[in-house]
Amino acid sequence: MKAEQISVFIENKSGRLAEVTRILGDADINIRALSLADTSDFGILRLIVNDREKAKAVLKEKGFTVTKTEVVAVEVPDRPGGLYQILRKLDSETINVEYMYAFVERCGENAVIIFRFDETDKAIKILMDSGFNVLEGEQLYGM
Amino acid sequence: MYYNEEFETLPRPALEALQLKRLKNTLEKVYKNVPFYKGSLDKAGITPDGIKSLDDLKNLPFTYKQDMRDSYPYALFAVPMEEIVRIHASSGTTGKPTVVGYTRKDIDAWSELMARSFVAAGVHKGDIIHNAYGYGLFTGGLGAHYGAERLGASVIPMSGGNTKRQIMIMQDFGSTVLTCTPSYSLFMAEAAREEGVDFRDLSLHVGIFGAEPWSETMRNEIEAKLNLCAIDIYGLSEIMGPGVAIECREAKKGLHIWEDHFIPEIIDPESGEPLPAGEKGELVITTIAKEGIPLIRYRTRDITSITYEPCLCGRTHARIARMSGRSDDMLIIRGINVFPSQIESIIMGIEGVEPHYLLIADRKENLDTLEVQVEVDEKLFSDEVKHLQNLSQTIEKRIKDILGITCKARLVEPRTIARSEGKAKRVIDNRKIV
Repeated sequence: MKAEQISVFIENKSGRLAEVTRILGDADINIRALSLADTSDFGILRLIVNDREKAKAVLKEKGFTVTKTEVVAVEVPDRPGGLYQILRKLDSETINVEYMYAFVERCGENAVIIFRFDETDKAIKILMDSGFNVLEGEQLYGM
Repeated sequence: MYYNEEFETLPRPALEALQLKRLKNTLEKVYKNVPFYKGSLDKAGITPDGIKSLDDLKNLPFTYKQDMRDSYPYALFAVPMEEIVRIHASSGTTGKPTVVGYTRKDIDAWSELMARSFVAAGVHKGDIIHNAYGYGLFTGGLGAHYGAERLGASVIPMSGGNTKRQIMIMQDFGSTVLTCTPSYSLFMAEAAREEGVDFRDLSLHVGIFGAEPWSETMRNEIEAKLNLCAIDIYGLSEIMGPGVAIECREAKKGLHIWEDHFIPEIIDPESGEPLPAGEKGELVITTIAKEGIPLIRYRTRDITSITYEPCLCGRTHARIARMSGRSDDMLIIRGINVFPSQIESIIMGIEGVEPHYLLIADRKENLDTLEVQVEVDEKLFSDEVKHLQNLSQTIEKRIKDILGITCKARLVEPRTIARSEGKAKRVIDNRKIV
């Protein structure tokens, strides 16, 4: 029920972000979703890609620091208030959301949101028990 | 004008005879009382009575900073603790300082040499001395303080910090002499400007600046901005503290090192061979009057040259040229000594891994800055911004707590810090001491 996200450390120097996307492009890797967290000194680029192992390998080879993180992909009704329902549920169970971002593709009628939780397993259980659909990693990468 | 005319103008033959007598005396004391020196002298096959002339000095073994660290805290002391009336320390690697101890006679001698230094700089007993060197384990504050009191001047024990208040006190108390680091003096000039205070309206006529190297260009800037005569002073806690050597106001061409207390040598830092007068090399100092912690041929790692030419001030003690740098990696940031290895052990203490780091020293708006770059490898990298920020902050806080320096920690991508086959270049010093 967990999905693997690739995180890349990026210095706040011009061209670094472009370099990452160039490397992935050259290796024929498709980015499915991404988010960029930034501070004044550095950024963390978070990616859902179709081939995680390859992405990690080519980035590391070019000198980037890369790590894998467990995230949860949840289907969200694609209408106003859809996201609120999920967050309300998580709040009531005091699950903390570290960050989240949206997926490129829709899953049928629904949007897909990528979440990073402080308690991943607990969050998954609560979401599923409440009737929300949590996507498998494999479903995600190929979407 | 001299504080101690007889000794300051002692003719060279008499001065050298005195040096030999005191050197022999010191060797006997350390051989008898300091196991480290008995060991190193035995190893070199030298006995104290084997020294017949000053020429034999070069046969004695060196004392290194590492020897002092290895003797932490008191193993190099040549007298029992009951006779030690003051303890000072400087920062050292792994957070442990280099410790020095003073007997009553040592404090007396230090006060005398500092008083001589004040007078050589043009200070007299009617002066009001604004002492902004740090008070505490650091020798700067108390060294200048005791010298000022010995001279009979009125000393204001300001220490560092609280700059706006210092400007107010300078105005209201009518300070006539300023003692602090050269970069702090420019910081004060800036603070005064912000307060709308003109140094030409203050009563300062001389400043005695040391604890870090500073250029002629900086001297000109200080003299212009602070409207005083800027004098260079040299010292190090291992040898005594401030007052080991002083520029004379009359000539301002080199710093007289008090040769009735210290024998200076210049050596090639690689080979250890003595160099002739006029040639640049590493300054080595032998103390010949200290009781608490006498040192034989201590390697200061400061680069300078020496001259025995007569000086127009009339003092017969040799002069060392203004310091042009260090023979090791040590940085001096706002008067505080920083070794790259200290930073390394602090960083390693946080992470438990061996990160690649780089220190970049710079000067922004007249104050030293230090940037500590750390490569983010996989062991350090966290997916969450707050963890990385926490890492930066922890580095900065730990360095502040242990070394007393405010630095900026910057996380960089791996392999952006240059590797080398030999000793890794850990330090980039962008400040130019011309």
